Formats: sequence, structure tokens, C-alpha cells
Amino acid sequence: MADTPGVTADSLKLKLIDQLQAQHVEIEDLSGGCGQAFQAVIVSPQFEKKTMLARHRLVNSALKAEIAAIHAWTPKCYTPEQWQALQG
Amino acid sequence: MFFRTLASSALRPLCQQPRAFQPTSSAFKLMLPTILHARNLSSETRTAIDKAIASAPVVLFMKGTPETPQCGFSRASIQVLGLQGVDPKKFVAFNVLEDSELRQGIKEYSDWPTIPQLYLDNEFIGGCDILMSMHQSGDLAKILEEKGVLVAAE
Repeated sequence: MADTPGVTADSLKLKLIDQLQAQHVEIEDLSGGCGQAFQAVIVSPQFEKKTMLARHRLVNSALKAEIAAIHAWTPKCYTPEQWQALQG
Repeated sequence: MFFRTLASSALRPLCQQPRAFQPTSSAFKLMLPTILHARNLSSETRTAIDKAIASAPVVLFMKGTPETPQCGFSRASIQVLGLQGVDPKKFVAFNVLEDSELRQGIKEYSDWPTIPQLYLDNEFIGGCDILMSMHQSGDLAKILEEKGVLVAAE
């Protein structure tokens, strides 16, 4: 663990925008600073026509190293349309 | 707190069962450092996990035991399964904290980075988030019903 670079909300966000063409990313650090627990809202067109399991797998593979280094990772994955609908 | 009682009393007998995993894994304890570095699932571990997953229709890999979960996500998963009325006779929980080989191995086996992990009839369903949202959407009740793993209504 010693050589694991610190995971921050910003580093996660940049990677998701870069790799999943995420249009909207909200990352909340729930760890109180230790970098161990994150909750995320991810909106990406790549989630289109994918089951929740497939969406999570997509995110997990984009963030493989980061997720391995943290304890808790709670992604919520929406397509742009779903996200619009939620904004009501 | 009805669901908690239900979960712990209904699911209690099942957490005895992880022993099935132990022979294989303890035989491998000596090789553990190598295996962890290689990050390659040994065929022995794979076989042990195959067996674990096939040991009941509903299998949960979790941190802690159903009566004493060691992580909020594992606790939530157990509570949902209890709420849904999963038949204890059709459920087995494996405590990954008792076995570091299993803890690492199951992540690679499922290609899923976190614990808990739920299997239904040998099929990976997902982790806590997926379980929660399937619970809320009604999909979980549907699939559990289809698989016939719920306690029969009286």
C-alpha cells in the first residue's frame, strides 16, 4: 500500500471524464480525508443500453488501480437521458 | 428492526458452511505471498471458489458473518436478503476476512473489485449497490422468486 498514490476525488473525476467521456461527474469523499471511501454520480453516453452490472464493470475497469486502493466505492451510473429525467 | 431479527435468526445456521472452502485455502497458505504478487488466480483457488459458488443457490461473499457483519455494505446486503425472505436453507455466506486467499481470489474470479458479492445459481449478480437498487426497483424480488429461493408463503 505504501507506494499507492493517494486517491482523490479530483483524480477519479479526471479519469472518468477522460476514459468514459463522462458528461457529468460528482464525486463525494466520504472518508473524512483518508481517501478510502467515495461515492460517485457518473453520467456517460457509454452507459446507453447497458445493464447496471455492465455499467459498473465499465467504471471499475477505468478505475482499476484506484478502486483496488480504496475501501468503499459507490458509483451511480446514468445515461445523459436518465440524468436529465432525474433533474426534473 | 424486524428485518435484523429475521436476517440474523434466519441466516445464522448458514455461516457455518464456509468450512467447505478451508481445506483448499489452508493448503495454500504457504504460497500466499507469491500468489498475491502474481495476482493470478491459481487453479486450486479457482476450483475452491467454483465449489463455494455452487454450494447453494444464493451465495454471498461478505466481510464478517451474517450475524456479525464487519462492514456496512455487507450488513446492508444481509439485511436485504433477509427482508426479501431468502430461505436460509438455500443460502450460504462466506467470510472473506477469514481467508485472505478467498478475499483476493474472489475479486479476480468475479472481476469485481469490492466485497460483498452476490451469486445466484452460479451467476454473479453484483455488489451492494446493485443489490440495493434491484431491491428498490423490485427486480430482486422477481429474480429471487423465479429462482425459487424464497421461504414459501404460509
